[in-house]
Amino acid sequence: MEQRLIANKKDFTLKGFFLQWEWLLVLLIFAVFVMNSNLSPYFLDTANLLDATMGFLDKAFIVLPMVFIILLADIDISVASIVALSSVIMADLYNHGVPMELAMVICLAVGTLCGWINGLLIVKYKELSAVIVTLSTMIIYRGIAYILLEDQASGKFPSWFNFLGWGYVGGIPFILIAFVVFAIAFWILLHKTNFGRMLYAMGNNPTAARYSGVQVNRLKVIAFTLAGLMSAVTALFLTSRMGSTRPNIATGYELEVIAMVVLGGVSTAGGKGRMIGAVLAVFLIGFLRYGLGLVNVSAQMLLIIMGVLLIVSVAVPELKQRFSFARKR
Amino acid sequence: MNHTGTDAAALQRTQGKKASLSSYIAKFRELGLLAFIVILAVGVQLRNPSFLTWENLNDIATNTAILAILSVGMMLVIITRGIDLSIGATLALSGMTAALTVSHNPGLHPLAAILVGVGIGLLCGIVVGFLVSWVNILPIIATLGMMNVFRGLTFETSGGKWVSAHQMPESFKGIATGAFLGINNLIWIAAVIYIVAYYFVSHTRTGRRVYAIGSNPESAKISGIRSGRILWLVYTIMGGLSGLAGVLWVSKFASAQGDTAAGYEMNVIAACVLGGVSIAGGVGKISGVLLGAILLGILNNALPMINVSPFWQNFIQGAIILVAVLVNAMVKRGIDRNNLMRRKI
Amino acid sequence: MAEAEYVLELKGITKIFPGVKALDDVYFKLKPGEIHALMGENGAGKSTFIKVITGVHAPEEGEMFLNGQKVAFTHPTDAQKAGIAAIYQHVTNYPDLSVTENIFMGHEKIQKGTRKIRWSDMHEEAGRLLKELGASFSPKTQMGALSVAEQQIVEIAKALSVNAKIIIMDEPTAALTKNESEDLYRITERLRDNGASIIFISHRFEDMYRLASKVTVFRDSKYIGTWDVDEISNADLIVAMVGREISQLFPKQEAKIGEEILRLEGLGRTGYFADVSFSLRRGEILGLTGLVGAGRTEVCETLFGVAKHDKGKIIFKGEELRVKSPKEAMKKGIGYLPEDRQKQGLVLQWGIGRNITLPALKRYSKNGFLNNRKELDSAKALAEKVGVKAKSVFTLASALSGGNQQKVVFAKLLTGELDVLILDEPTKGVDVGAKSAIYEMISDLAGAGYGVIMVSSEMPEIIGMCDRVAVMREGRITAILNREGLTQEAILKASMDDSSPQSGGKVAKA
Repeated sequence: MEQRLIANKKDFTLKGFFLQWEWLLVLLIFAVFVMNSNLSPYFLDTANLLDATMGFLDKAFIVLPMVFIILLADIDISVASIVALSSVIMADLYNHGVPMELAMVICLAVGTLCGWINGLLIVKYKELSAVIVTLSTMIIYRGIAYILLEDQASGKFPSWFNFLGWGYVGGIPFILIAFVVFAIAFWILLHKTNFGRMLYAMGNNPTAARYSGVQVNRLKVIAFTLAGLMSAVTALFLTSRMGSTRPNIATGYELEVIAMVVLGGVSTAGGKGRMIGAVLAVFLIGFLRYGLGLVNVSAQMLLIIMGVLLIVSVAVPELKQRFSFARKR
Repeated sequence: MNHTGTDAAALQRTQGKKASLSSYIAKFRELGLLAFIVILAVGVQLRNPSFLTWENLNDIATNTAILAILSVGMMLVIITRGIDLSIGATLALSGMTAALTVSHNPGLHPLAAILVGVGIGLLCGIVVGFLVSWVNILPIIATLGMMNVFRGLTFETSGGKWVSAHQMPESFKGIATGAFLGINNLIWIAAVIYIVAYYFVSHTRTGRRVYAIGSNPESAKISGIRSGRILWLVYTIMGGLSGLAGVLWVSKFASAQGDTAAGYEMNVIAACVLGGVSIAGGVGKISGVLLGAILLGILNNALPMINVSPFWQNFIQGAIILVAVLVNAMVKRGIDRNNLMRRKI
Repeated sequence: MAEAEYVLELKGITKIFPGVKALDDVYFKLKPGEIHALMGENGAGKSTFIKVITGVHAPEEGEMFLNGQKVAFTHPTDAQKAGIAAIYQHVTNYPDLSVTENIFMGHEKIQKGTRKIRWSDMHEEAGRLLKELGASFSPKTQMGALSVAEQQIVEIAKALSVNAKIIIMDEPTAALTKNESEDLYRITERLRDNGASIIFISHRFEDMYRLASKVTVFRDSKYIGTWDVDEISNADLIVAMVGREISQLFPKQEAKIGEEILRLEGLGRTGYFADVSFSLRRGEILGLTGLVGAGRTEVCETLFGVAKHDKGKIIFKGEELRVKSPKEAMKKGIGYLPEDRQKQGLVLQWGIGRNITLPALKRYSKNGFLNNRKELDSAKALAEKVGVKAKSVFTLASALSGGNQQKVVFAKLLTGELDVLILDEPTKGVDVGAKSAIYEMISDLAGAGYGVIMVSSEMPEIIGMCDRVAVMREGRITAILNREGLTQEAILKASMDDSSPQSGGKVAKA
């Protein structure tokens, strides 16, 4: 029964390489750039491009752990509320005398705690789906923000706080650098570590993963906790950009974040998708929004477009699979 | 089920106790809700004697009527293991369209306005149903997306402007303020809907098949039940009811805005889970949902009466949903444990 | 009018799934009023065949005839309308709905004009059917509250309610006590007397002798033959099912049996099993057998940390064991080959290599960072060791045959440092060639000092491989047999013996 197996790089075909979803995203980004440069002669200016990213990267931080969550065939719609709550607590503390640095740390801690609670509830009460848990925490977390701040704004942060959302390092926006750093970190986590491998196992077959010794509960809690943490990171950047905060900030962020993840090729059924796809989708949707802004598309029209985008991002891979399977017969 | 190291006898005792509490809740949920409603009403009245006035009770009833109408639709959706976050937006879109229609055609019969609203609602529901049943998109994502689309459309059709009371003909406003035999129209409408719903859910094949789909979707497909069609139907009904609710809402509050009923879907979901509808699907009673809606309606009215700040409302609502689903889960665990113990192994 | 000689006939049926030929040119004939047994090992193709008859799967080749007329079903409802009903082992009902609804779902009784459901009529008929079948529960009971045997009765009532002319039963007595089996025999004969023709799948010769007039054997997806029940002996039947004489098939070496490594004392889990006690020594292969539903897999899962026990103790390597997860169990030294390799044992979307290394990622990584080279080399070595027949370690698990898939799951077990291996139905759905290889592997493992618990429903396998056998019935151990007393009859008796429950004395209170 001696048989040698091949253990070297699998077959590489040029066609196979380029038929990947992520190349489609690159193509679309290219198309968006073409469209935008037609709408505005200043678009392709480097400085302008970099500045444009500052407008949409604040929510991009949440996209990174959301990839994990959707890979697990779960979902987290409470992230926007976590942004609001951590931002509000930070502002509230600062305005009551707590030093800003500490307030920022607490902001991160609050976000982490909120995410952790999500994870615990989902894991301890398996009867409850992630949908219903994060639906209720979505309301609860923002509800707490409303209790704290009512309908007031809170701000007047120290001037250096501006740097997060508005500052530059060597000509490059700080927020972009921060995002790239985090993106690389999450990419490594997903594609180069045990943790990532186990996530993929869980997403494809949670039972087999469990029977193979993967600590499914622990990993799930970690994924949701990370979502909470990165929501708090978003809170820092968003609050910095706005200069103040209210309980209703980041409304609708969960929709865009999920759209970015799904458009990036991560399937809601779990187990499929890559970090690079989600990152590309961030820029695709971000620049698309920017372009729409150039033609003064109303905020409401934008809502419609985002909604349609989300649905199309999920529908296309599903229909593609269905029709190619039908053709194979 | 975490039993660590307790001795056998004590284990039997605690298991027995837990089992009976859970089955108690299951059997007597409706009674419990009723009791809670009574206690709540009495409690609030003690704190604020203007609670149990005829005017206030009428206010509660009309608000609850709308909530109840929506809840019965959501119940069907949740029974099929789905969820619909777009109903607030559908409500707004239908209400706005109806309001715009009557403001431009003041001679229009109010019934026509209702038909317009319901029609828009049905269209919205058909779209959502299509996405969920045919394209196979997860309900949470489909309704999250369409929620935005419908809301955006609401703003677009109104051009960002409100339709206010003086733009609405009396006949239109009269839909919600009018009464028949001394009882407000809305209550009549809700009553009719509940009777129809009860019949649908208990005495028609399609109604029972909705439960079957939620109880065991794979089995349903194999036994020849057209689960795709029924799923589509369920979301369409939800849309239609949202459309109806839209007209009633806009008539009652005599105003149609872009952000009408924003977030209202949470109220509806809360009413359903309070009423014992299981998020896991296959379980839900009309009587439970009705009581859940009434309880929530009273609560929403009562909180400002006892000086609870409106800014606490969100938190309380979210907490209610979470606690209710946790309790439902615990009850189910108790029942399952009971079934296991019955096996006499 | 000439009646067709056969009420059901299938010719040349071939059914192919991606990578697997589930049925290969299969034939079958059923006479009206006949009770026909379909036998064969797990994975021989019986279940797929049934699904072809009931319209769940359409065959790639072959024809089906109903009363002489050619038919082609595209959907299960076609078969239902044609009067074919199947009663499966697995639950295919609606746990939240009542018994009556489960019986009538799809063909509810409605009022002619209003189309309103006639509840009282349905409840009444359901009650009548239940009584006829000897059931003691009310038709208004919620389905989820019934026991497995009771649910099976409801399934039969379902078939009765549609006046099915062809009734197929898949392992009907697998979860029943001796008394309940007697009831089932009685019901089956009554069904035949009322004009139905019956096919049933069973592992148990008892069922066959008692009920059937003809028996058909499948093996490795192929049709082997059809005989009159009284014209073929047990031994010949086994040869037909298995392909080789028992002794040839099992290369069991005598392994050196060492010290005790695992002991269960009065282990219990409410609703699944109680008072389970046995011991396992190094180098020993302990069989764990019994009917479906006896609780064997549940015991294994408890040992492996998938579920917790309520009573009793597990003593492993001298210390009490309380594991909360499979990861902990593996760390302590207990490994498990799951019963359902596709749902529990493999990530089908992955390649062989990634599947094999999943349980021991720590080995191929440093500080959490994966070392691809090391991983691939190890996976290749392990895959070759267990004899997986595939082109490369990147071949998808879904593309492998049953036997090769099982070998991959075995390879996973070899990645850890384990002392006890629990193998749950290790050769289910595996072709004969791979079976031999797996038996050899198990023998080698025992010889290397592992303690092996082997759960199996196949008599030849149990008798051929095990040093001792623990038999379970309804959640309790009824017998522990040594190699000397190990006969099929002894095992069957212990699996089905319905003597009053006085073992251990603990009767769980409802």
